[in-house]
Amino acid sequence: MPVSETPARTEKLSRQQYLDLYYYMRLNREVEDTMTRLFRQNKIVGGLYASLGQEAISVGTAYALEKRDWMAPMIRNIGALLVKGVPPRDIFTQHMAKYTSPTKGKDGTSHFGDLENLHIVSPISMLGDLIPVMTGVAMAGRYLGQKIVAMTWIGDGGSSTGVFHEGLNLAASQKAALVLVLENNLWAYSTPVRRQVPLENLADRAKAYGISSYIVDGNDVVAVYTTAKEAVERARAGDGPILIEAKTFRRRGHAQHDPAEYVPKDQRAHWEKRDPISLYEEFLTREKLLDSKGKKEIENRISTLLEQDREFAENSPMPPPETAKEGVYCTGPECHDLQPKWERPIDELLPPKSSVEPVWNVDGFGRGVSSAGGIAPIHFGDVPVAAVAPEKDPAPVRIPAKPQTSPAKKSVAPKKPAKKAGR
Amino acid sequence: MPPITFLEAIRQAMFEEMAADPRVVLIGEDVGVYGGAFKTSEGLLEKFGWERVIDTPISESAIVGAACGMSYLGLRPIAEMQFIDFIACCFNQLTNFIAKSHYLWNAPAPIVVRGPSGGGVHGGPFHSLNPEMYFLHTPGFKIVYPSTPYDAKGLLKSSIRDNNPVLFFEHKFLYRRIKEEIPTDDYAVPLGKAIVRREGRHLTILSYAAMMHVSLEAADALAKEGIDAEVIDLRTLMPLDEEAILASVRKTNKCLVVHEDTKTGGIAAEISAILFEKAFHDLDGPLVRVASLDTPVPYAPTLEEAFLPNAQKVFTAAKELARF
Repeated sequence: MPVSETPARTEKLSRQQYLDLYYYMRLNREVEDTMTRLFRQNKIVGGLYASLGQEAISVGTAYALEKRDWMAPMIRNIGALLVKGVPPRDIFTQHMAKYTSPTKGKDGTSHFGDLENLHIVSPISMLGDLIPVMTGVAMAGRYLGQKIVAMTWIGDGGSSTGVFHEGLNLAASQKAALVLVLENNLWAYSTPVRRQVPLENLADRAKAYGISSYIVDGNDVVAVYTTAKEAVERARAGDGPILIEAKTFRRRGHAQHDPAEYVPKDQRAHWEKRDPISLYEEFLTREKLLDSKGKKEIENRISTLLEQDREFAENSPMPPPETAKEGVYCTGPECHDLQPKWERPIDELLPPKSSVEPVWNVDGFGRGVSSAGGIAPIHFGDVPVAAVAPEKDPAPVRIPAKPQTSPAKKSVAPKKPAKKAGR
Repeated sequence: MPPITFLEAIRQAMFEEMAADPRVVLIGEDVGVYGGAFKTSEGLLEKFGWERVIDTPISESAIVGAACGMSYLGLRPIAEMQFIDFIACCFNQLTNFIAKSHYLWNAPAPIVVRGPSGGGVHGGPFHSLNPEMYFLHTPGFKIVYPSTPYDAKGLLKSSIRDNNPVLFFEHKFLYRRIKEEIPTDDYAVPLGKAIVRREGRHLTILSYAAMMHVSLEAADALAKEGIDAEVIDLRTLMPLDEEAILASVRKTNKCLVVHEDTKTGGIAAEISAILFEKAFHDLDGPLVRVASLDTPVPYAPTLEEAFLPNAQKVFTAAKELARF
């Protein structure tokens, strides 16, 4: 884990990239500040969930994705949405439940997506559900030949859900091109991470799935970006899923209504001093990547954009009541029939032909012969094999056995096979 | 063509759809190398390869979640539950994520979740479930529950081609017990259409899946008593073919619903409400329900027999209804 208080400069980034990261972090914070004002004016219909102090993670990770890649944010990953190309007006209209919002007022907050252009899958409030979904996205991408990476986020809290395990385990067993960013902000609502998980580093969870992991200072945008970039490229190259734990701190309460008085003062003070935007500004100034004029230009650009988009959102209508009943099913001309984008020759798949070798091929499967060369029992191991071994091949071998490439161990005792039965 | 089993009809539907459309993939536990716990996917791995016939860990939420993710890129995944009872393990992923996907953010999730359901085979409380009503109450699903090989094949094809998440229940009692000659050409049975299995004029029996056959058996016995029952196979519970139900009840003026699902909150309750709303003046008697006991599915054959509806129970209830 990088320990420097300010980021180190690296040759991996161009000047423009450094400035982009700054722009999006500032935009992220200004969007949220605007929404806080709207919330206080009672213009936000439901809750407001802030990412104050966590902007470097949303921005740094999403910035590592390419246009073709897919993402599924959590509710606080507004910065990731902005980087992927969502205009601030969509975020404002969503929170204000306007008819012009991406969900036409059907849902709020960051709960929206875009399958066709931006490749964003909408989050839901049940944490962890996105992990298997994005695993499926990665699997479909591989099948279509698209070479995409799927990225999603989870918190320290969400990492205790059952579907976190199911999803990551499936991704690992499929070697899916999934990058899972675990934002450890130390608090799941009012419960500190030490009362949720008996681990110092949540990245250690990766070991259980046999996948790679990184730990990164979540308040250092350059460290986050370079780590995410490496993870994304490794996943794209076929290394399987990768878990990144980004250490950070949730500076606001769970939502606007929560003053978070349960947070110890010294902990808060420590992290207030490590504001990711302030740290990055110091770095940019020191490295002469940004002067006061450049900073002013960025601020003007952001305030003009947000002023326009806030006006648009405030002046947008609420959805007409009669639209409440629309859209449960995808029917008629309203239903967009999503067509896959094949980037591999379709004649590889049609007409059907014999299978690609399955990855799990086991020599001698079903023939009573083990891959280690001995006799594998196909019954409970407490009966001598010879006594029950059928004289002829008992079962047709449905999958042609592939020669083992690695030398088989000779001394492995045949395992007692599980009885095939309903669970 | 020789007659085929219900099981073979399911296999053929998947095979033919996968052969015709590379968007169709199958994902589930033991669906590949083993060919499925009931052999409904036998031969598919060899034909279509591991990218399209995907064996998974024991993770129902991950199975349907991944199927949903695949559908977002334009694929049409079929997710298998080894036994439909395990669909409860992925209830959240189905009802919160998948069912709401189109309504909330205009993202169709054209997946089929299918698996063996129902009792009568002494499967006990965890291998005999009829879970249709958990999902009927969740807006966003289509729910299909066929009773014949012909319908199983034709309805599964329609389900795979549908743009919505479809829950497709296969009654395992029927898997190997009924055979039917079916056409060799590519046919589909539309979702949302009931079918009259036996015409009659004295009363209407509405049913589906295994109970369809029980109802027909009861109708034969009723005929010997001079009671002419009309038997309708609902086939699809969502959308429910209200038109067919109302047309029959307006003719016979009496309605009996037979389902294997437990009684309270079963589809009969919903049909009862529909008839009260739309055919109140056409009814000459009470709506009668013959359904399973409001208990878990018990294991012992004597208990399971007491639990399930059978032809005798339907016969007795129908005879009582006919007196009105």
